[in-house]
Amino acid sequence: MIRLIARLDIKGENLIKGVHLEGLRVMGDPQAFSQKYYLDGADELIYIDSVASLYGRNNLTEIVRRTAKDIFVPLTVGGGVRSVEDVRHLLASGADKVAINTAAVKNPGLISEVSRRFGSQCMVLSVEAKQAAPGKWEAYTDNGREKTGLDVVEWVSEAVKLGAGEVLLTSVDKEGTKKGFDIPLLSAISELVNVPVIASGGMGNLDHLFDAVEKGHANAVAMASVLHYGQLTLPQIRSACRERNMVLRDYEKTSSHC
Amino acid sequence: MKKQVVIVDYGMGNVFSVSRALEFCGAEAVLSADAAVIEAAQYLILPGVGAFPDGMQELSGRGLVEPLRRYARSGKPFLGICLGMQMFFQSTEEFGFHEGLGILPGMVKQIPDRKADGSLRRIPHIGWNRLLYGAAKDGAIANALGDNFWGYFVHSFAAETAKPEHRLAYCDYDGFEVTAVVGSENILGCQFHPEKSGLAGLKLLARFLGEETTANPAFQTELAARK
Repeated sequence: MIRLIARLDIKGENLIKGVHLEGLRVMGDPQAFSQKYYLDGADELIYIDSVASLYGRNNLTEIVRRTAKDIFVPLTVGGGVRSVEDVRHLLASGADKVAINTAAVKNPGLISEVSRRFGSQCMVLSVEAKQAAPGKWEAYTDNGREKTGLDVVEWVSEAVKLGAGEVLLTSVDKEGTKKGFDIPLLSAISELVNVPVIASGGMGNLDHLFDAVEKGHANAVAMASVLHYGQLTLPQIRSACRERNMVLRDYEKTSSHC
Repeated sequence: MKKQVVIVDYGMGNVFSVSRALEFCGAEAVLSADAAVIEAAQYLILPGVGAFPDGMQELSGRGLVEPLRRYARSGKPFLGICLGMQMFFQSTEEFGFHEGLGILPGMVKQIPDRKADGSLRRIPHIGWNRLLYGAAKDGAIANALGDNFWGYFVHSFAAETAKPEHRLAYCDYDGFEVTAVVGSENILGCQFHPEKSGLAGLKLLARFLGEETTANPAFQTELAARK
């Protein structure tokens, strides 16, 4: 079972898209994009407030509240989530899961607190990984700007023990390049942990998605540029995955029965 | 007139999403933790995201355990979602032994983290899964939801009904049969999140409310957008 996820990086009121998580370009109103992806059959949506950590605040609540109104698939929200209270606010606004990076690095106990209070399925560990040497990656925070000194494999392993229920694994090296996912990174993490792993960063064509699933053993694939620029649509991606014998939600038949 | 649905607001549910889904189905959602409002409801939903022991503690701290049990016996429609459905059962083994509402006989148990061949099964079970009906294939739920109903699941524990006839649908998670829909008379519970399962899930909510989706303009608009 593979999940196709549309990832929307948000700055202020706008959907943005960068390369290597930087050099951000404004794409437009996130609500219009998310509504389209929902109707097109996205299995989930991920919103990341790309500057929240930088400014020490979270302004996603309003956007989540507005967007979640008309979207009846799961929504994961991240960026600037610092406390159990922040998580409660986001969940009350319509989010289903929260993705935490910076605050978890600073205080790993937060992972246990969130997971204990809201369930581990709600606690998505967001990891920004940069290759340090062949087969070695370092975890970064603040959109790939700040080094943490943490080895990604060790960090993910610890975080899952603490209660992270899913891993959103973004390769900073590949993000926005459309050159494909970091497959060695993905397989290192999927083999390591027993929780679902979402591949993020680098999708430029269908082969990249196939590689992430078949070689990287990702359980879900997050895509941004390919969708935002209209290079591929979700119905195209779904039918290509089916031809490849991947198991997906039978979205089309479900809707025609209603 | 719009049907009014009371959603039990006990600090553990994604009440916003559930309310929105009910409004989409043409109903009016009222959030409440007031025992009198809950018992007077015409339709009641117990949502829930999180751990079973915390959920029961939040309910009992608000004095809602007995009112919910009484509502269940009233014969009026009562839907439990995810943790809400799990708490319908007698007990759980989540973080030790804990008692549930006992509305339906059975237990909530951890999904085994090993498959039959000894390899690891990923826990929690997160994602979309298709409903299967087994012995309940001729029942009203199987007929209403059909062969291509995909629900969105997020959970680590699953219900085991003491009476096989209470299991109305299940799904296959890497060889483990996850109880997906339970019910008996006025009681209906689903492990997946209908408010997060796209149009299919909205259809289940509409059915709970006894609403015809074909008469609902919101459903028609949404279907038209897909063509």
